[in-house]
Amino acid sequence: MGLQHRHFDALIIGAGGAGLNAALRLASANHRVAVVSKVFPTRSHTVAAQGGVNAALANVLPDNWHWHMFDTVKGSDYLGDQDAIETMCREAIPTVYELEHAGVPFSRLDNGKIYQRAFGGMSQNFGGEQAARTCAAADRTGHAILHTLYQQNIRARTHFFDEVFAVDLLRDDAGVVLGALVLDIATGEPLVIESKTTLLATGGYGQVFRTTTNAFINTGDGMAMALRAGVPVQDMEFYQFHPTGVAGKGMLITEGARGEGGYLINAQGERFMERYAPNALDLASRDVVARAIVTEIREGRGCGPHQDHVLLKLDHLGADVVHHRLPGIVDICRVFQGIDPAKQPIQVFPTAHYAMGGIPTDRAARVVAPVHKGPEEAVPGLYAAGECACVSVHGANRLGGNSLLDILVFGRAAGQDIERYLSENPHHRPLPQHTLDPILARLERWDRHGEGEPVHVVKADLRKLMEDHCGVFRDHDTMAKGVEKLRTLRERIEHARLQDHSQIFNTARIEALELDNLVDVGMATLACALAREESRGAHSRIDFPERDDVHWMQHSLFWREGDRVEAKPVRTKPLTVESFPPKARVY
Amino acid sequence: MKIRVYRFNPERDTKPRMQSFEVATRPGMMLREALLDIRALDESFGFRHSCGEGVCGSDGMNVNGVNCLACITPLADLTEPVEVRPLPGRPVIRDLIVDMSQFYLQYKAVQPYLIRKEPLPEQEIPQTPAERDRLDGLYECILCGCCSTACPSFWWNPDKFHGPAALLQAWRFLADSRDQATDERLDALDGPYKLFRCHSIMNCVAVCPKELNPTKAIGHIKELMLEKAV
Ligand SMILES: Cc1cc2nc3c(=O)[nH]c(=O)nc-3n(C[C@H](O)[C@H](O)[C@H](O)COP(=O)(O)OP(=O)(O)OC[C@H]3O[C@@H](n4cnc5c(N)ncnc54)[C@H](O)[C@@H]3O)c2cc1C
Ligand code: SF4
Ligand code: SF4
Ligand code: FES
Repeated sequence: MGLQHRHFDALIIGAGGAGLNAALRLASANHRVAVVSKVFPTRSHTVAAQGGVNAALANVLPDNWHWHMFDTVKGSDYLGDQDAIETMCREAIPTVYELEHAGVPFSRLDNGKIYQRAFGGMSQNFGGEQAARTCAAADRTGHAILHTLYQQNIRARTHFFDEVFAVDLLRDDAGVVLGALVLDIATGEPLVIESKTTLLATGGYGQVFRTTTNAFINTGDGMAMALRAGVPVQDMEFYQFHPTGVAGKGMLITEGARGEGGYLINAQGERFMERYAPNALDLASRDVVARAIVTEIREGRGCGPHQDHVLLKLDHLGADVVHHRLPGIVDICRVFQGIDPAKQPIQVFPTAHYAMGGIPTDRAARVVAPVHKGPEEAVPGLYAAGECACVSVHGANRLGGNSLLDILVFGRAAGQDIERYLSENPHHRPLPQHTLDPILARLERWDRHGEGEPVHVVKADLRKLMEDHCGVFRDHDTMAKGVEKLRTLRERIEHARLQDHSQIFNTARIEALELDNLVDVGMATLACALAREESRGAHSRIDFPERDDVHWMQHSLFWREGDRVEAKPVRTKPLTVESFPPKARVY
Repeated sequence: MKIRVYRFNPERDTKPRMQSFEVATRPGMMLREALLDIRALDESFGFRHSCGEGVCGSDGMNVNGVNCLACITPLADLTEPVEVRPLPGRPVIRDLIVDMSQFYLQYKAVQPYLIRKEPLPEQEIPQTPAERDRLDGLYECILCGCCSTACPSFWWNPDKFHGPAALLQAWRFLADSRDQATDERLDALDGPYKLFRCHSIMNCVAVCPKELNPTKAIGHIKELMLEKAV
């Protein structure tokens, strides 16, 4: 078979914030870097991030990284690894300055410093007054960051493979990752990219749910690639539902809207968060606010003719604040609800938003898995960063503004450690031909002709299934039924067929490969959720309403082989400070 | 609603054709959703899209003669039959998917990144709110290409004229109080083509889905050049 081979020092799969920050570091150090992205880099979903990125700059209110660390540990419901959290919160400060130096057009304060807004779950002094820690470029922070990083990569002459789809990882018999097989979407040609190191930076998988803030391309490809390469994924039961998606549609209304002073009301006009989080109110942690909204609706206090949403009020802030600080939200409301949020309240409902779980890594972004000795052995040559990874800084619940931070800090850490790895492993290893076979077989499977269910039908059923069986509130019976249905659906894929077998820009083929991925990450999510018999962070079990630190203060690992779930200890020891022991979580 | 879409598959077709579909509409439906419904009927119909909310810039296309983003174009605003074509002036790869390489090359050609010559401070480079406000209306560009592919000067000289999107970014960096490469940037824009092919026809402004104003930015660059010349 005449497959073309290319050779690089580092292969970065994904051109969102995580991938681009890693690439920038490596390209600036003159390594041969290939960045592969299934869309043109600035179309990656980091572009949609609105509210901002956290760093204890103390530009508006007193702050320091240790307070940020406390909030993150508490926000994670004590499931986050405290060494990684310390790293992230310390690194946040130089990271944001570095971004500013690179050109990010942050909003400014009168004294010329970066503007910082209030965000949920953020406090001063270990649980005291509300903090202002979220650095913002209006409500287009992700756009500003992604474009700036892409621009700096243009300057660094990074080698981009745009509109190239990574199909699967290449892994030899010794377990070393040797690159990936990719598909040039425009020509339909497969290509083997052999690389000394490979970084997965493929982002989230919100498309597994019917209503989501995530883009069409967020299909969990990297996680599924890891799973198929025999690597487990971690903490997949922890999927964040953002409290304020546009009702019935899913677009995000940033937490920054509440950070600027907006609040939620129910059908009776009551500011109901007073009952659920008497101190933090509307800026309680996301899991708390999302559950509050769903509870209000379940108890009949939802708004509208179907009582199926609540209202987010901004009109009291004045048109000036709303239009200047939240211009993107004004656009979304105008286009998708036909209202001006400076005059009318926004109809909102919790929406699938963010994966706390992902490919397990250490602080250097090396993928770690139990292989021979201990739970955290590095998979040689393989790295992961960004939403597809689980370091784990978010534990059971992510705080707003901590994901942009995560992708930047650990994207750069990956770049750094890849440099180290390259100096120790300067040569390419031989690629055994048989490592390609299962991957080519998967491609060929979708080349089969004949009658069969179309991909979009199976995909729609999957998304509905996940929403019905693995939503904000969960219980054993619903999820067990979900797993059963998902097994059946997985078999249906074997009989699904493409009708379009053309080569040039065949989007149907890409969607079929994405469906394979969605099913794998969907199963990981459901299986982990069913296994965890407690409520923690975003994972709320009606049948196990309490957090259970005795039995469940542990990570979950899911393997594709046999849909197996195992436990892994939490790293409760930070690097230099004292550990934050688990406490009851009140806001 | 009747929607006619442009079809061209280079593996099968010798020339492009228009194909009609009947789409059931729902209240508040956007054109992108209608195109997805068409894909459900015929999976071989190709177009780019992703975010569904006008921020990724993937789904620029020509609808009833006007360039726009399908995901934020309400069907209710369109007259029937709706004619959907690829962005004009670019080589068609397949159906609504065009080759944007030339557009990206022009973007890269304006050095679209901040250039600092002085050593960097330990903290942020200070910028007043007023200085920062000058970047509003510039940095928000999503590189959808609606403007440049509506610009006659770009149609005729896509290899020589930067086009409105790239020039908007050229101005975005000239306007940034932190940037220290004004002279080089202006020198690089000199000559009859790169900037001066713009004849202020304003097609670009009319179509920009983010309501940005490349013509004004181009005017600012020209003014600054004049200022520097005297
Ligand atoms: C609407 C919205 C608003 C948000 N707002 C905030 C916020 O204000 N603050 C905050 O901290 N976080 C926010 N988040 C979360 C945060 O934006 C994301 O978690 C983060 O941007 C993910 O970055 P990433 O680099 O990991 O992935 P992405 O930016 O999603 O990039 C993934 C990349 O991988 C590529 N890719 C994927 N699969 C393949 C494949 N098979 N082959 C080739 N390439 C592939 C894609 O093309 C893309 O380039 C928000 C999220 C959403 C959805
Ligand atoms: S104003 Fe200039 S850039 Fe804009 S469409 Fe006209 S010629 Fe093109
Ligand atoms: S200026 Fe407007 S139309 Fe042109 S590429 Fe940018 S966003 Fe699109
Ligand atoms: S789909 Fe992203 S701009 Fe339309």
